[in-house]
Amino acid sequence: MQAQHSGTPLLRTAPPWRAGVGLKPEHIPEILETHPDVGFFEIHAENYMGAGGAPHRNLAMIRERYPLSLHGVGLSIGSEGPLDREHLGRLRTLNTKYDPELFSEHLAWSTHDQIYVNDLLPVAYNVDTLVRVCDHIDEVQETVGRKMLLENPSTYVAFEQSSMTETAFLKEVVRRTGCGLLLDVNNVYVSCINHDRQPEHYLQDFPIEAVGEVHLGGHAPDMDQAERPLLIDAHDREVDAEVWRLYEQILRKIGPIPTLVEWDNDVPAWGVLLAEAERATGLLKLAAQPDMTYAV
Amino acid sequence: MRSEPKLSPNGAFSAALLDAEQSIPTGIVGPDGAPDSKRFNVYRNNVIVSLVEALAHTFPAVQQLVGEEYFAALARSFVIENPPKSPVLIWYGREFGAYLDAFPPLSAYPYLGDVARLEWGWLQSFHSADACPLDPARLASVSPNLVGEVRFEIHPACRMIASIWPVLSLVQANRFGGVCSKPINLDNPEAVLVTRPDIKVQLSCLPNGAVTFFNALTNGKTFSDAAALASFDDSRFELEATLGLFLGQGVFTDLRVVAGSNEHGKAIANTGEVGCLP
Repeated sequence: MQAQHSGTPLLRTAPPWRAGVGLKPEHIPEILETHPDVGFFEIHAENYMGAGGAPHRNLAMIRERYPLSLHGVGLSIGSEGPLDREHLGRLRTLNTKYDPELFSEHLAWSTHDQIYVNDLLPVAYNVDTLVRVCDHIDEVQETVGRKMLLENPSTYVAFEQSSMTETAFLKEVVRRTGCGLLLDVNNVYVSCINHDRQPEHYLQDFPIEAVGEVHLGGHAPDMDQAERPLLIDAHDREVDAEVWRLYEQILRKIGPIPTLVEWDNDVPAWGVLLAEAERATGLLKLAAQPDMTYAV
Repeated sequence: MRSEPKLSPNGAFSAALLDAEQSIPTGIVGPDGAPDSKRFNVYRNNVIVSLVEALAHTFPAVQQLVGEEYFAALARSFVIENPPKSPVLIWYGREFGAYLDAFPPLSAYPYLGDVARLEWGWLQSFHSADACPLDPARLASVSPNLVGEVRFEIHPACRMIASIWPVLSLVQANRFGGVCSKPINLDNPEAVLVTRPDIKVQLSCLPNGAVTFFNALTNGKTFSDAAALASFDDSRFELEATLGLFLGQGVFTDLRVVAGSNEHGKAIANTGEVGCLP
């Protein structure tokens, strides 16, 4: 059964041509003091699943002024077993409490046999996975009562058991569940380099019309055993030039879209993160005026 | 156990993640279609490093006491033996104190378990439900002949950690940017009251007899029974000072006076919502 979906999730109180940033506790005092001009804040849902205290107090104050994106990292939609109903209930509670403009989770798994391994692990792209991922997304959308965005993963390995491409898989998930997509451009770049593919080809095949949000973030270069490039989705630095380039291509194709800059490890001073968001905002403003020339 | 344990794809993946000795699961390959253990090790590394970081975030005093490098190895072995059962990592590490108690290489540092339990208590208090502390005027307004019958509701953010070690001194010297200005005498036992009257977690050292008083009150004993037990346990118990500390630190949210055994649960002097937040 399909969930009832409201339309494409759009930011209600901020124009999509101002980029958002991931909310980090160390930045909260400065944010509350200076009220920086950012499009929205995104939170990792699991960090707000305590009953009360400072996290909720601060988030409520931020929510009063800014649009909000609720981004789950622990639901394990790619699990072989059933979804954790308690966890899904907590997501629903947060959705009800903060009424976020955007709501997303990952095409990945992180729990098996009730052990949570705190990473976004890859799935084989085949019919078995497709059926259970779609069942899980249906369950999420029915329980939470809204459309969700599914994020494309960054991956380091491929599966012999895969029988379709990631983009074909995502297309079919969208068709079957009516969910939207969170296009993580850094993940596109990281995965394509890691699997020796052209990011441009990936994006040509990507069901771009379903995208409700874009993520930008930094990655760390490494090498695999055969000394081929292996990019690690580290979120620990500035967005790479190639990722900015792909982002511009996407904006040319679809126009302004809610965009988030992520920086989760080695978190910099607020000003550094804000500057990254400003750079995305510059491109979003250009995309809102298609006759202007692009320049980074 | 089944006679032929055939692991599912995710089952094989997760078993190999937490066991670095295992070879990588079949069918997991690089772009040339060949297995590549370095690629799989990215996941192994992410899992261990991120969970060790989560523990370091929850137990910074333990980390400072044993040193960063030792903590990483210690936390790693804890993670492998006690992986999280929930994606909500603010609830991960409840068993860390017991793990330290039973970890033979650390037997010369028997206070570490209590340090971890106090840090765990701090984190749980930090994330507890919000509640208004009891206004001391409410207690003052109870008629003197009924005061002894008062029972208190304990604040959801309130905890108590009693230790035979100077656990509060150890934690204060090793987190919150604390510095150890004078040597800590390991012969001084400390019992610590953890409260969060508003947003900030407060740690207070409990005076003599206060542990018994606290335990009696949290077990639903009346005010007079709890005071009698505390005095019986420790003749140095000072009721007024201890009660003042409890009220000041936000140990209670409410009180009930149940007069007579046939009026169980009937609250007298119990008012409704009282605003307390700024």
